[in-house]
Amino acid sequence: MSYQGKFRVWRGDDSGGGLEDFTVEVNEGEVVLDIIHRLQATQTPDLAVRWNCKAGKCGSCSAEINGRPRLLCMTRMSIFEESETITVTPMRTFPIIRDLVTDVSFNYTKAREVPSFTPPKDLAPGEYRMQQVDVERSQEFRKCIECFLCQNTCHVVRDHEENKEAFSGPRFLMRVAELEMHPLDTADRVDQAQDDHGLGLCNITKCCSEVCPEHIHITDNALIPMKERVADRKYDPIVWLGNKLFKRS
Amino acid sequence: MPELERHSFDVLVIGAGGAGLRAAIEAREHGLRTAVLCKSLFGKAHTVMAEGGIAAAMGNANESDNWQVHFRDTMRGGKFLNNWRMAELHAQEAPQRVWELETYGALFDRTKDGRISQRNFGGHEYPRLAHVGDRTGLELIRTLQQKIVSLQQDDFKEFGDYEERLRVFQEFTVTELVKDGDRISGAFGYWRESGRFVLFEAPAVILATGGIGKSFKVTSNSWEYTGDGHALAMRAGASLINMEFIQFHPTGMVWPPSVKGILVTESVRGDGGVLRNSDGKRFMFDYIPEVFKDKYADNEEEADRWYTDQANNRRPPELLPRDEVARAINSEVKAGRGSPHGGVFLDVSTRLPAEEIRRRLPSMHHQFKELADVDITAQPMEVGPTCHYVMGGVEVEPDTGSSSVPGLFAAGEVSGGMHGSNRLGGNSLSDLLVFGRRAGAGAAEYVRAMAERPVVAEDIVTEARATALKPFQQEGGENPYTLHMELQQSMNDLVGIIRKAGEMEEALQRLEKLKERAQALTVEGHQQFNPGWHLALDLRNMLLVSECVAKAALLRTESRGGHTRDDHPSMDAEWRRKLLVCKADGDGAQVTEKPQIPIRHDLLDLFDRSELEKYLTAEELA
Repeated sequence: MSYQGKFRVWRGDDSGGGLEDFTVEVNEGEVVLDIIHRLQATQTPDLAVRWNCKAGKCGSCSAEINGRPRLLCMTRMSIFEESETITVTPMRTFPIIRDLVTDVSFNYTKAREVPSFTPPKDLAPGEYRMQQVDVERSQEFRKCIECFLCQNTCHVVRDHEENKEAFSGPRFLMRVAELEMHPLDTADRVDQAQDDHGLGLCNITKCCSEVCPEHIHITDNALIPMKERVADRKYDPIVWLGNKLFKRS
Repeated sequence: MPELERHSFDVLVIGAGGAGLRAAIEAREHGLRTAVLCKSLFGKAHTVMAEGGIAAAMGNANESDNWQVHFRDTMRGGKFLNNWRMAELHAQEAPQRVWELETYGALFDRTKDGRISQRNFGGHEYPRLAHVGDRTGLELIRTLQQKIVSLQQDDFKEFGDYEERLRVFQEFTVTELVKDGDRISGAFGYWRESGRFVLFEAPAVILATGGIGKSFKVTSNSWEYTGDGHALAMRAGASLINMEFIQFHPTGMVWPPSVKGILVTESVRGDGGVLRNSDGKRFMFDYIPEVFKDKYADNEEEADRWYTDQANNRRPPELLPRDEVARAINSEVKAGRGSPHGGVFLDVSTRLPAEEIRRRLPSMHHQFKELADVDITAQPMEVGPTCHYVMGGVEVEPDTGSSSVPGLFAAGEVSGGMHGSNRLGGNSLSDLLVFGRRAGAGAAEYVRAMAERPVVAEDIVTEARATALKPFQQEGGENPYTLHMELQQSMNDLVGIIRKAGEMEEALQRLEKLKERAQALTVEGHQQFNPGWHLALDLRNMLLVSECVAKAALLRTESRGGHTRDDHPSMDAEWRRKLLVCKADGDGAQVTEKPQIPIRHDLLDLFDRSELEKYLTAEELA
């Protein structure tokens, strides 16, 4: 059950580019990445696209399909009408390298700014004891495949280049939450989240959670609880008074 | 010609999967300036696809487990062809490597008393796989990635530069290893993004490039698995062993066509899933080979009791080593008892409550729902064999990962010997960690002991550049995608799961023709992020490695593990004593026999004599 599908794919580089129209064969059960590969094999051998596992596990093939941030490998053709023209464009928040490939180094920079797991000093390898119920909160966040679709969609940086410096984005605020909720992490991450990673810029519109291909509840389970911890610490009058009296920083 | 970008390091690690990252951590912790060069983005390597877990005899789920039991299982799984020293080190060190991951921040699923939970898997006598649901590979890669970041943060504190002693060059492909005399002196390659060339000067190179699955049509492997490390090692003069042994994972998706080959984790069976044919029969009871008869249940009642009482029952045959299960599925389909799309049924829906399935197998649930419209909590899956892993690889010194070329090391899937003729599930992730660490330490030791650093001859650069740019300079040649598809089809059809002499001879003829045609490829466009060009360069490696596989497979006239000969169906104890060694010969490969190293006596003593008689010759047992 094949048909000729209509595609509009952005082609170009950092000096400019535009949408190009293609008509390509589409077969039963295929995903958008299959069509991009067919374009490479038959019409545009140098069409640049990032991909790896083609099973939704590595988070490489992030792009925007009809304007919606998605993984190319997990977007089935069957969700579209056969007559529909499908537009595939690169992620908008990151600088273009070529065609569908963007420069995602922003994310690696932000990853390096989050202080690493800090285990208790007196615990030897093999001595770690944690309960399943306690690790589950952080395990949800560790399902993240780093596709960066949440970073791409978050309006704090999508529409405001100037915020990139101060704001780590949902992915890395969630990383802070993951470490904060790790049963054995000894570092204090509450102030960092607000002061170093820009948690205050997030106004919980949940766009990140909506585009997450792993269906992680980024806003509800990571960002809001972190905001609550910040509020407890920074804005609770009794804590504030205690800090003043006992000169805790 | 633009100025060539140059870097100098003590150790280069090629590949950023589990083995590469663990090797880099070790080299850096030995104080050496280390670079990781990887084809994809940092954190995307194929290790991420591993699902079931890491095998390590920690004894958390069953106290009877220990390294000796793990060693025995590994040798049995590999049909005793394994390099026994590697299997020994692996079984002994795997628990420490897993515990170490917890100190890097890994969060494994837990037992009730708070220790690391361990699950059942094919060929493992006790529940042995540390896991995180069915996304253990992701946990492993992310944990190692975050450890690398942590080391970079240490350097930032000390030197004000994150990359002072450990730098990752992502989306970078190595096309040649460089030598000074007989020693390694560096590597040459290009940035995928810009297409610009880079020369690395380094006295030690660790290959951790993974496997070769992209030479086959139906595979669970990603685009990166083009045998780069295997080919680089050969061209540098190193030897490969065991290349005839390819693991076809029994359960890959078979429908829809676009996902054919994508892995369905063995955990489905480890957690109770069963295989059925179109008659609804649990057919694995018909396929228990003689060597495993005393270890596997021959009826459903006993098999089902085993999940709750392992001491008094034999294991279900769905948990036989992967080669056995893959052959059984192949036979059922050939006999006309397959599923509608040419596989068999794998059913967990009638075996576990829906909630439990979603908890234990979340990514399988997600994968089938999203890609095949199948709800695995209510319906069976359709599965069939898929090319998954190459047991063969660079012949290494077990303790250090050193190849026969001074300065060249290998770890993980690109190395050979550890798994013999067939790898057990879960032994891959532990292999990466154990031998990644050992190769990192081995390279560090080598660099420390070196009297003077090797140098890079300039003419090598000119040559390497010309080879890489050749596809742009030719007009009217074929498109690399066409050649790649023909290669995959040939390997799949002629050197696949069941092999025959005539078919492999035909494969070799086709490979010769493909090699000629590959000389005249044409690539369109320019050097900047050009997938057509990247494939043209990778194709050279795939062709060389495929030739090794086909030649070695043709020579080995027996069936063992991941090498099944229709014309030589039985296992031959004489062949157990022989390794097939591949070396580069002109632009092709030459395969020769070499005696296997006899197993050390104290290790042999871990087995009953009656079991050894199934594998060893009378002469060896005397």
